[in-house]
Order: sequence, then C-alpha cells, then structure tokens
Amino acid sequence: MVNSNNNLIQLEKITKIYKVGDIQVNALAGVSYAIKQGDFIAIMGPSGSGKSTLMNIIGCLDRPTEGKYILDGEEVSTLDKNKLAGIRNRKIGFVFQTFNLLPRTTALENTELPLLYSNIPSKNARDLAYKALSSVGLKGRELHRTNQLSGGEQQRVAIARSLVNNPPLLLADEPTGNLDSKTGKEIIEIFKKLNEEKGITIILVTHDSGVAQAAHRRIYLRDGEIIRED
Amino acid sequence: MKILRTIRVALRALGRNKMRSFLTALGIIIGVGAVIATVSIGEGARRDLEKRFESMGTNLLFVRAGSRSYRGVHGGGGSFTNLTVEDAKVIEEKCDAVKYVSPSVSGRAQVVYGNKNWNTSIQGAGSAYPEIRNWAVEEGTFFDDTHVRAAAKVCVLGSEVRKNLFEFDDPIGQVIRIKKIPFKVIGVLKSMGESGGFFNRDDIIVVPYTTAQRRLLGIIYIHSIDVSAVSSDKTAEAQSQIEETLRIQHKIAPGAEDDFNVGNMADIAESAAQSRKTMTIVLGAIASVSLLVGGIGIMNIMLVSVTERIREIGIRMSVGARERDILFQFLTEAVVLSVLGGVIGIGFGVIGSRLIAKFGGWETLVSVASITLAFLFSGSVGIFFGFYPARKASKLDPIEALRYE
Repeated sequence: MVNSNNNLIQLEKITKIYKVGDIQVNALAGVSYAIKQGDFIAIMGPSGSGKSTLMNIIGCLDRPTEGKYILDGEEVSTLDKNKLAGIRNRKIGFVFQTFNLLPRTTALENTELPLLYSNIPSKNARDLAYKALSSVGLKGRELHRTNQLSGGEQQRVAIARSLVNNPPLLLADEPTGNLDSKTGKEIIEIFKKLNEEKGITIILVTHDSGVAQAAHRRIYLRDGEIIRED
Repeated sequence: MKILRTIRVALRALGRNKMRSFLTALGIIIGVGAVIATVSIGEGARRDLEKRFESMGTNLLFVRAGSRSYRGVHGGGGSFTNLTVEDAKVIEEKCDAVKYVSPSVSGRAQVVYGNKNWNTSIQGAGSAYPEIRNWAVEEGTFFDDTHVRAAAKVCVLGSEVRKNLFEFDDPIGQVIRIKKIPFKVIGVLKSMGESGGFFNRDDIIVVPYTTAQRRLLGIIYIHSIDVSAVSSDKTAEAQSQIEETLRIQHKIAPGAEDDFNVGNMADIAESAAQSRKTMTIVLGAIASVSLLVGGIGIMNIMLVSVTERIREIGIRMSVGARERDILFQFLTEAVVLSVLGGVIGIGFGVIGSRLIAKFGGWETLVSVASITLAFLFSGSVGIFFGFYPARKASKLDPIEALRYE
C-alpha cells in the first residue's frame, strides 16, 4: 500500500497497560509520532520511561493496548501473532545490546536466519548472506562461529542479519552497550552509512548522548510520554 | 524443499550436542532393537514349523486320545488312556481312504553307549512310520512287522543321537542301553537338517511300539495314531472315516462328544500359528514397553532442550519465525532423533537376532514387515512425544523469550 505522506511509521495515541497481579502499569500513555522513510531517530529516557515498550511495539513484537500503529501504509496494531511475525521478517531488522546470535553457529548461518522464514531457496539465501556480511566489513570471516568472533564482530553479524532481507526499518536497542567506545563508534559509523547510502530508516535506543548525536533527531521519553525532541 | 532444509537444520541442532542426542535416542534404540530381536524369534519359530509341515506332507492325519475341547484347555497329552492298538487295526481295515497306520507311544529315556550318555526322546511306532512321516532311513534299515509282532529290542537312531553316541563310528549292529535295557541299532534316520529350534527332530530314537509299550513304558494303551491318507485330496474323507469308525469302536452314543481327536496338518499348523502369534504379541508387547520409555525420554530431553533454548526461540521469532515454524522445527528434531534411533535399533535388532540364532540355537527371522513396523513406530513415538515440548516452544512470547537469561 502506498501512503500519501511518505511516513514509514505512524503512531497514533499508542497506549500500553500491563497488569502485574493487581497493579496496573501504564507503560505508554498515548504516544503519537510520525517517522518518515530515511529518518534516523534516537530514543532516550530513564529506566521505566517506556523506551523498551515503545520499541517492542514499533518492532511488532508486541501489540498496543489502545491506539493505532501504521507501518508502511498497513495498520499492524490489530494483526495476529503470526501475521506480525511475517511483518517482522519482511519489514524490520533488529539489533540488540547482547547481540542475540545463535551460539556455536557460523556468522553465515546467523545472517541467513531471516531468510529461512521467508521461503527463499537456500542457494539464494547463501548469496544474500555473503553480500550482507561483506557490506558490514566481515568478508572472509563468514564461516567463523559465534564463539570465535569478538564483540564488535558479533554485532556486525547481527547488523548483517538485520539487513539480509532488505527491510525498510532497522531497530537497535542499546547496540553499543556491550562494546568498548572504539568498537561502539565503528558500529555507529555502520549505521550512519546504511542510513545515508541505502536510505534505511533507523531507530536507536541509547543512554549514550554521544551515540544519540549520530541521529538526525532525538526523542526523550518519560513516564510513557514523549516530553521533548530535538 | 522446505522439509529437507528443516531436516538438515534439525540434524545440525542435534549435532551440536552429540552425547545428549545419543543418550536420548538410546531408549528408542534399545526398544526397537529388543522388539526386532524378540519378534524375530517368533517369526523364526513360524518358519521352522512351516518347513516341517511342508516336509511332512499334506495327507498326514493324527488321532489322539482325549476330546478336542478338553484337549484345547488341557493342552498336553499323555494323560488319556482310551486309545488302543485295536483302534489302529480297525482304522487300517475299515477306512479305505487310509493308506498307512502307525500306532504311536512316546516318552523320554536315558540312553547309554560305552562311556557316552544321552537323554533323548523315545518314539514307539509301527513299521509304516517312515512312509507316513516321509522320513527315510539313511543307514541300515527300519524295523518291519516281524519286529513289531515280536516286540523286538531293535532301534533306529535319529542323526543327532547317532552323532552324540557314536560320533564317526558305525552304529549299525551295535548295542545301546535304553533305560538300561539293551537294544540293537539297525538303522539311522536321515537328518532333517535343523540347526536347533525348540525341538530338534533328529534328537530321537524310534523303536517298535510294542517294545516301547511293554519294555520301556509299561502301558497297554497308545498315545496316538499316525495315519496317512491314500492321497492329499482324500484326506478329508479319511478323516471322517476315521471319526466314524472310532465312534463305533468306542461305542460313543450319537450326539455325545468324541473321546478322541483327529487332526490334520492344517489343524496342527493353525494351533501352532495361534500360539506363535500369541507368543509374538506377548514378546512384542514387553519389548514395546522399552519403546514407550524411550519416547518418554525423548519428551523429557526435548523439554529440557526447549528450556535451554528459550533465548534462541526468541531470536528466531524476532526475525520472523511463526508459531508453526517453531513447532515444526522442534517436532522435526524429535522425529529425526527417534527415526535415527529406530534405524540404529533395527540394525542392533538384526545383529541381535543373528546372535540369538547362532548361540541360542533358536531359528530367527527378521521380516520386512517387522522392520517397516519398527520404523513407523519409532517415527510415531517421535511425533507423539515430541509434540508437547514443540508446542510449548511455539507458544512462547518473543519478548519474554529474548529477555530470558
């Protein structure tokens, strides 16, 4: 579906309420925001501000209790678990603080993983994975296993995996949190390059204001609401 | 070829922890191996019996004391005393569809030759025994009616007895002691060529029935009568003739039950088949218990495996795996494990059944049917016991799974 206003993401009054026993937790209180294709956004805020909850909803890992989420012209807030999985497969790439690679598995196999679930024949999948790993600077290390790669290399594999299916959106949750500052900078450079050269929309969650500066805009969350942006 | 890919992925996942995968499959391996080996004993017994029946011919009938229904419950023989030599004579005279008749008594006895000792089965028979049983003499001769009338102390050895008492010496003309009574050996029966089995047919000594009655067993009745019909198609006619004749001979009122039982080869074959079937089922059932245990083992380990891989499941879901992808993945792992276990188990079962045949002396037969059944069974065990853990895995929440430590 083509949307008229070029917004990749449209959040309308997104609310998320958890019930923990008898207590009700309002994680998100009516967040509304729009993100255009090609944007590079950083989300910041203290613990409990709702950053992770918002990321989970944007990433289609969770559904809002109330509100509408339109992704790439399609309303996804009411889709069932399996359809959401399909959206994640085709439209969203994830990069996590703890890399989340499959242990004792090669970089190549890790990168290929999304393609396993999108019915692409294995030969093509292999080629796409090689290309993705090459684009993050890991050419030659495709057959190394997770335990043979450094933290920075593992995160690069995670980025390659997130790109392999050519999604329009890339979500990163504290991607440099487990890396030293030098490696962290390298990773952020990769994100910048992907955003500038390929036009991939990137949303980052971070504590690090230095990292946040790499983004075009920063959104500040507190108590489940956007309080500021710059 | 999504399935092939999934199988490859499953193999890789199982290969990451070879020892655990092997231990999990062990239950299935042992279960299937045990089933194959024990069922092969039953199948071997069946083929054994089939071979015997073939060699005995289809015009063979047996008359035994004791009515059929009573026999059915009682099973064994030897406790009925209402069959006599007179009965045999009357059958031979009056039944024209009958060709040969041989009264039969049997027992076991200790046999001695020189310093060799052997316990064997003693068969008292008439002179027509070789013709009726289709069992010729290889060395020497069989006894004739003169020997029978005189209750002569002569005997014909089965090849197994001959081997054990005489080895390579010539037995003809030698004297052996049966229950301490001297008997002259006048012949040796042809070997039936069995390697073992429950009854070794060559482990036998045949003497005139009169001699057996008077000198060895001290009885005046007979246990059974072997009868051969003039031809295979006359067998049914011979059977009814015998029944009619004996009813008159035993003065059985019309409508009353026979106090004897006439059986043909088909009857014997069928009751043998029945007991073989029962034995196979019982053995198979016992062995199947270990298959069940193996299945429970698989379920157990798959549950542990799922718990250990919660993070991995979360990762897969985050990149787009749907519920059914995860379900299928873990189910495939369980099935691959159980089928591999089944295949290895079949291999061990075949080896085991060969070993049983070689060292236990029982004939065994591994049929294609039992292999196919074992294969299907192990696959089903994998599907059945792998389903619950696989379903548990597929129902995980991706966010919580990713957070799992």
